[in-house]
Amino acid sequence: METYYESYGVVLAVLVTGIGLVAVAFGAARLVAPRRPIPTKLLTYECGIDPVGQGWSQSQVRYYIYGFLFVIFDVEAVFLFPWAGIFEGLGYQAVVEMGIFIGILAVGLLYAWRKGVLRWA
Amino acid sequence: MIAQSGVSFVDQWLDSYWLVLIVKTLVVIGFFLVAPLGIGYMEHKVLAHMQARLGPMYAGRFHGWAQLLADGVKFIQKEDVIPAAADRWVFSLAPGVVLVPYIALFVVIPFSDEIFILNLDVGIFFVLAVTSVSVIGTLMAGWASANKFSLIGALRAAAQLIAYELPLVLAAAAVVMQAATLSMVGIVEAQQQYWFVVTQPIGFGIFVVAALAELTRPPFDMPVADSEIIFGALTEYTGLKFAFFLLAEYGGIVALSAVASVLYLGGYQPAPFLDAIPEPLWMAAKIGGLSFVIIWLRATYPRMREDQLQRISWLTLIPLALFQVLAVGFLKVAF
Repeated sequence: METYYESYGVVLAVLVTGIGLVAVAFGAARLVAPRRPIPTKLLTYECGIDPVGQGWSQSQVRYYIYGFLFVIFDVEAVFLFPWAGIFEGLGYQAVVEMGIFIGILAVGLLYAWRKGVLRWA
Repeated sequence: MIAQSGVSFVDQWLDSYWLVLIVKTLVVIGFFLVAPLGIGYMEHKVLAHMQARLGPMYAGRFHGWAQLLADGVKFIQKEDVIPAAADRWVFSLAPGVVLVPYIALFVVIPFSDEIFILNLDVGIFFVLAVTSVSVIGTLMAGWASANKFSLIGALRAAAQLIAYELPLVLAAAAVVMQAATLSMVGIVEAQQQYWFVVTQPIGFGIFVVAALAELTRPPFDMPVADSEIIFGALTEYTGLKFAFFLLAEYGGIVALSAVASVLYLGGYQPAPFLDAIPEPLWMAAKIGGLSFVIIWLRATYPRMREDQLQRISWLTLIPLALFQVLAVGFLKVAF
């Protein structure tokens, strides 16, 4: 029987082979596809007119607050999974405790909603 | 109790570690090269019929069977244009970053209690972790293109992942609670008596909606909304690189259909009274069925607005999913 880490060998092998596959495919396409670059062809696309300003312009990241909320709830999910596997043996106490934890986060979400930050502005 | 069969078919048949490794890797890669193409083919035909499109029905005469081959040949022959303003390396790496996680995901999909590649004890956790890597590739594509439409598309894609990752994870957590295991094979084995869609229909709904959004499939395709931002993060891509983004999308449809089947539709478990049909065929049929529904939705629903999309997730799906986690907890301890 293989060890714990050896069993992950196939994950690693698939990742490496997948990367190899992408590299080989792009290499093959390089050989087959034509290459006739001209300046206008290499221009950034902007509806047919010459691009105005830079592509790397400032843009408003609208989901700044969502990002915070996401991190909070995602950390909750990390706690939730180990608990979900074994809570049955721990009985009501474990469920109530997790309920309190989820409840606090849910109140946070409710607060964010009432404050109006969950509006795509 | 749950029968934990930890040995796959390949392991029983070969005993050299390296040989097993090579066979398993080839099987995964082979499956990934075939299944998404099947879904791509299905999308051509299903959409052609539903929308009365004639385009995909010509190539090769009979029912346009050669359309997919023609597309492949076309994609590989097209010139690979990288805009002068773009960040060349990041631009070229992005399709790979989007594609490779979906290949890795197939490692843990079981097709019967003996036909699987790897029965990870953290299976579903692995699936959820791996699926969210792809959006980094989309962000790379959008940023490296140095195109305003690409950037907007990539930011929308990231916002969408942030919003819909949570309902997906919380719905999966409720299944883990009922199955009392994180292993994909274990979750399927726990559904021997009834499929979890019976006990958790809300969870199934949440999972499918969130999976659609995660794949940026219609009606959640704001990141590639062609009527306003050309083609989002993929605007500047041509040829094979563009084809790889499409392959990743179809791979994602197969992958998330498979995960949804494992979590809610009993995976490889046969439907009642039909257990004469072999288990791998059941799994394939469930993946195909769910993929068909995902394609069907594209022909049915209009695209949602970005703010509607965020509202649905944060004010409907996440509270529902949280409530369900608690409800499953209490019911499981009570009975």
